[in-house]
Amino acid sequence: MGAILEAKGVSAWYGLIQAVTEVDLQVEQGGVTALLGANGAGKTTTLRALCNMVRRSGTTTFDGVDISRRSTEDIVRMGVAHVPEGRGTFVALTVEENLKLAFHTRRDRAAAMRDMDLVFDYFPRLKERIRQQAGTLSGGEQQMLAIARALMLAPRLMLLDEPSFGLAPLIVQEIFRILRQINRDAKVSMLIVEQNAALALELADQVYLLETGSVVTSGPSDMVRNDEALRKAYLGY
Amino acid sequence: MEFFIQQVVAGLTSGAIYACVALGLVMIFVSTDHINFAQGEMAMFATYIAWALIDAGVPYWIAFGSTILIAFVGGLLIQRFILKPLENAPVLALVVCFIALLSIFNAMAGMIWSYTIKPFPSPFPALDLTGHGLVNVRQLGVVGVTLIMLGILTVFFRYTTLGLAMRAAAQNASSARLMGVRVSWMLALGWGLAAAIGATAGMLVAPLVFLDPNMMTGILVYGFAAALVGGIANPAGAVLGGFIVGVLENLVGSYVIGNELKLTFALAMVVGVLLFKPAGLFGRVIVKRV
Repeated sequence: MGAILEAKGVSAWYGLIQAVTEVDLQVEQGGVTALLGANGAGKTTTLRALCNMVRRSGTTTFDGVDISRRSTEDIVRMGVAHVPEGRGTFVALTVEENLKLAFHTRRDRAAAMRDMDLVFDYFPRLKERIRQQAGTLSGGEQQMLAIARALMLAPRLMLLDEPSFGLAPLIVQEIFRILRQINRDAKVSMLIVEQNAALALELADQVYLLETGSVVTSGPSDMVRNDEALRKAYLGY
Repeated sequence: MEFFIQQVVAGLTSGAIYACVALGLVMIFVSTDHINFAQGEMAMFATYIAWALIDAGVPYWIAFGSTILIAFVGGLLIQRFILKPLENAPVLALVVCFIALLSIFNAMAGMIWSYTIKPFPSPFPALDLTGHGLVNVRQLGVVGVTLIMLGILTVFFRYTTLGLAMRAAAQNASSARLMGVRVSWMLALGWGLAAAIGATAGMLVAPLVFLDPNMMTGILVYGFAAALVGGIANPAGAVLGGFIVGVLENLVGSYVIGNELKLTFALAMVVGVLLFKPAGLFGRVIVKRV
């Protein structure tokens, strides 16, 4: 199988403040890796560093290609779709326009149209709201739109930044069910950052625990799930 | 009654020009979220280039086309070399930069071509259509060119993915990057298009007011009024706003306050719209859940 994404010694800064120190991590081909930790542990920053959205050092390879020095746009075009914190909705565009934005970077228009149908299969709610201004969607719908937008890029790897943030438990359940489906059916590998550790552990097969910007432990998700001391110390349940 | 119609037609003609200037402002606003105070002077400078070409014996329409092209490239270069380094600068720094561009273009035009006014040819003959001086071909031509530009822009922004990418880049740059949009090129493209629209406006204005380095100063204020009345983010609104400002200004000027206070009237409109309807008459209020 091998890793689709591999980070070695990745550090990241906001101005002069170092937020992430020497993180090593891997996402297996077709796998789901979860990045867990408390508020301010550096999870979001790690995701951003992987896409070169912050000042960073270290090496990242995607599918064997070194992407450490590529621009965010290029990394996205290579097949890494980042669903950002705060959902990144284009509020003044319609739902349809939010999705069709992917057509700008895709050459295969016919396949892109098919992907749009596929996305609506996953999220029928978005189809009902297709002409609606995206800013008027509820939080859950905007999260669905963010995932749908990423899917429209026909990614091979998705980076998901707290997809459960601020949503009602039922909606969160639905979103995670769909994520599992996407991972299984569309063979999209995933790296997911979550505060809701229990939920992420269910979805993921590999886990990294982050504390103050460094990896404190990592391993298969079963290991973390069954280690009560670890769970209590880092995940709070 | 005849005087009234004459004033309305004259108002529509100048309205078309305000609409052009407003379109340039809207263009930059839609694609970069900024207001370009140098829009008028850039247009004026481009018009001088057209004048120089025509003066050198180039046929009108070829000069017209090449000027638009030169302006497009010029706008692109301004963004790449002057504004790109200011990408993360605060808004005030940009405003200062726009004002600097304004005086630089004004001074450069004066230095190269002198401050004496020059006649500028119009491609449309001043041919009377009604027999008693009401509507002539030149006026129709100016209105026509404006509407054609509006049509092109509307199609571009609404129906092309490049136009969509430009709107997305302006609204949320970091999210647009995550969709693979090369944001900084979208900004440059916005500047190029705005400069091209400005050049067109300049070449339409020049035959009516004569060419001199200060020809756009007053018109820019009307352009602002038009853009704000119509809604700064809405091309069709800006054009309609241009016609409204043009006609109102003419009527109010000839019946109520006299010609000297026309510019004041435009400024009053700007203040009025911002006070009572900040999104403009046709602007869409962006609804957002919080």
